[in-house]
Amino acid sequence: MSWITGVGLTPFGKHPGRSTLDLMSEAAGAALDDAGLGRHDVDGLLTGYSTTFPHLMLSTVFAEHFGLVPTYAHAIQLGGATGFAMAMLAHHVVESGLAKNVLVVAGENRLTGQTRDAAVQTLAQVGHPVYEVPFGATIPAYYGLLASRYMHQHGNTERDFAELAVTMRRHAAGHPGAQFHDSIDADQVLASKPVASPLKLLDCCPVSDGGAAFVVSRDRTSDFAVRIRGTAQAHTHQHVTAAPSLTEFGAAASTRAAMQAAGIQLGDVDYAAIYDSFTITLAILLEEIGLAPRGGAGRLAAEGHFSNADGVPLNTHGGLLSYGHCGVGGAMAHLVETQLQMTGRAGTRQRGTPGVALLHGDGGVLSSHVSLVLGREA
Amino acid sequence: MNPEILDWTEGTEGIALQQCGDCRHAWYFRRDFCPACGSRTLIRKQASGLGTVHAVTLVARAPSEALRPYAPYAIALVDADEGFRLMAHVVPEARIGDRVRATFHAFGPATVPLFVLEG
Repeated sequence: MSWITGVGLTPFGKHPGRSTLDLMSEAAGAALDDAGLGRHDVDGLLTGYSTTFPHLMLSTVFAEHFGLVPTYAHAIQLGGATGFAMAMLAHHVVESGLAKNVLVVAGENRLTGQTRDAAVQTLAQVGHPVYEVPFGATIPAYYGLLASRYMHQHGNTERDFAELAVTMRRHAAGHPGAQFHDSIDADQVLASKPVASPLKLLDCCPVSDGGAAFVVSRDRTSDFAVRIRGTAQAHTHQHVTAAPSLTEFGAAASTRAAMQAAGIQLGDVDYAAIYDSFTITLAILLEEIGLAPRGGAGRLAAEGHFSNADGVPLNTHGGLLSYGHCGVGGAMAHLVETQLQMTGRAGTRQRGTPGVALLHGDGGVLSSHVSLVLGREA
Repeated sequence: MNPEILDWTEGTEGIALQQCGDCRHAWYFRRDFCPACGSRTLIRKQASGLGTVHAVTLVARAPSEALRPYAPYAIALVDADEGFRLMAHVVPEARIGDRVRATFHAFGPATVPLFVLEG
């Protein structure tokens, strides 16, 4: 058994002058305080990576900087799925007895630590260097390709995608740490600058500075702990050119396996945290997982289904689309918000008190999938 | 390796594929074994350059200063008649399901496939 005993999250947006280690430290300190633990209690450490601070051994660089002497530490890399993959690994490290308290931490000055072109080019390298990148492909272009095929198959419209962006922005308005607070409507999303059709600027998450952390523990060290009940992964390809399908990915298999491990059904889920790098990402994942019918995610969003406790509240902090995306910490913010919702600590954003949450992240171009089921009760 | 095979990734104007001599699986990303069965008996072939558009996007925001003058440009995933999928440029009027044929054009430092409408 493992518990998420503490969470920490910085505001996302611009943090000029603050480094990867600064942002990691701020988030880690907040998570340890929340868990009621000190540095000496941390015997396990997991980190991801930072594009502005590439290092062969980020975990031990951070351990030295922050003042940790763990008996288990390393970094892992799985693109956008890294944060949830670290949660899954921390769960198994704790369950196996390797460590009692695993600190999972990420941070990056992705926005102010490099030029926008450098960020775009670094991210585009998840494409194939010989067979994809030479076409001037970018991450939005890879997802634009998916979107074109998905719309062709399932009949989603650009307005459906826009409704998801509108919902994430409305949620972000309730979180002081979100990068964007100004409300938007579907017409504004549709009229925003073209990036890679059918995706416009407001269909895309921003680049952000920020940090996020959580502690996975054997014991309930705090009054605010939620249990990790089930975890699973699925990996079908790396490059979009090699994807077995542009309309069916690993999300269904991964969430099914995680729910089976947790002993729950999809109908038991009363909070969802789903990766939303682009509106199309969110639409595909919601629909493949079954939280919306095929072609129906935008309609459900417009009806408020993902905003109210009588539906399935989704990314109530605003998601990557509006809270922001600082790399590995981006999806970890989804987990932080889930933990706050399940422990009744989300303030004005609180939607009921969710008992069972489903989290799903993807890395690459819907290539790598990680699912988590969290529960409020033991 | 067959020296007469033209391959744009090697600077000549053609599209090459590989096929397994044992299980007949065809693929595009070059390797020295069959990713389906592991066989090392490979056939390298020249693709006809004919295919069908599977997905398409018009890129308005190029990733670098060097490519900015080319924008907007359309990128497609094309299902080649030989049974593999490839990424390529495509004329902007191409739609999913259109039959297309490969030509080649200069793009930044490289010469890359540009599919045009067939017929």
